[in-house]
Amino acid sequence: MSDWSMLTLVGQDRPGIVARVTRALYLAGCTLGEASMLRLGGSFTILLMVKGSQPCEGLESALAPVATELGLRVHLDPLEGGLHRHLIPNFQVRVSGADRPGIVADVTEVLAEQGFNILELESDVAGDESRPVYIMNIQGYCERALEDLERALAPLGERAIAVDVAPVDVLIG
Amino acid sequence: MAIRDILTLPDERLKIPSEPVERFDRELTEFVADLEETRLAGPAAVGIAAPQVGRHQRIVIVDVSGRPKTASHGHLVLVNPEIFHWEGFEMGREGCLSVPDYTGNVIRATRLRLKAQDPTGAPREYEMEGFEARAVQHELDHLDGLLFVDRVVSRRTDLYRRKVYRKSGSSD
Repeated sequence: MSDWSMLTLVGQDRPGIVARVTRALYLAGCTLGEASMLRLGGSFTILLMVKGSQPCEGLESALAPVATELGLRVHLDPLEGGLHRHLIPNFQVRVSGADRPGIVADVTEVLAEQGFNILELESDVAGDESRPVYIMNIQGYCERALEDLERALAPLGERAIAVDVAPVDVLIG
Repeated sequence: MAIRDILTLPDERLKIPSEPVERFDRELTEFVADLEETRLAGPAAVGIAAPQVGRHQRIVIVDVSGRPKTASHGHLVLVNPEIFHWEGFEMGREGCLSVPDYTGNVIRATRLRLKAQDPTGAPREYEMEGFEARAVQHELDHLDGLLFVDRVVSRRTDLYRRKVYRKSGSSD
């Protein structure tokens, strides 16, 4: 177990949540690590690595007033990991198709069979309510060749899911 | 030859603009050799700029020839480089010897033309594209006291998409 905890906050989005929450964390003696805030379906969501001098319970009570005032649900878990554990993606997978249940499972099962480690995944539903289109963008790391991934994903095309794999890389200069 | 120490963020010296090189002498040649040795000593960097080792002169090395299927002019030592033509733009993920353990997405021109001098002072002109053009823009930024973190757009949006040449001949 590390000194870090993973703080999850979810609630109705509005301006100023990050400022209020991080001020409360600062005043409670916390250090912040990696964070990812997203607005999903009009809701505010954030995952935040926090490290503090006090145990989880103390942190929760320190956050309680601001969480109550802003209507945020708070979840705090001890974290195994720490900073500087980044993996660099070498593949990008783009998926799109008429929305139906099961697309994500169909695609990611194939990737998992290839030993593909998903590092980032975003998805959205485009189109309109009568003709929704599911769009997903995955970045990850896989030791298999591009051709292997393409071959494994090809059968999905017959089920009306467009899948495109491309190598990506990072310039170090 | 010697490996020099690489300055890393938040060292203020990385923000100092570099001066043009005026003397093309043996000392310069020796420095360029050191700079190359330093580039090769770290994680696989395709370029390095003199200010990254604390020398504020307009000298960069770029070499993307080790990357498969990439248009390249090979090993380039660019002294007093100057880009005079830009075309197109593309997002790509970058990292830097001076910013360990961080990568981010940056928009760069896809094609460019530049003038430079070689280490003997002879004038050169290059036309380049893609990954090599990106590397040159990244290194030239160092000469103006800029790091890629000053240009990061988003860590989440599109990554650099490499051109894939398929066996059938059609390109992606």
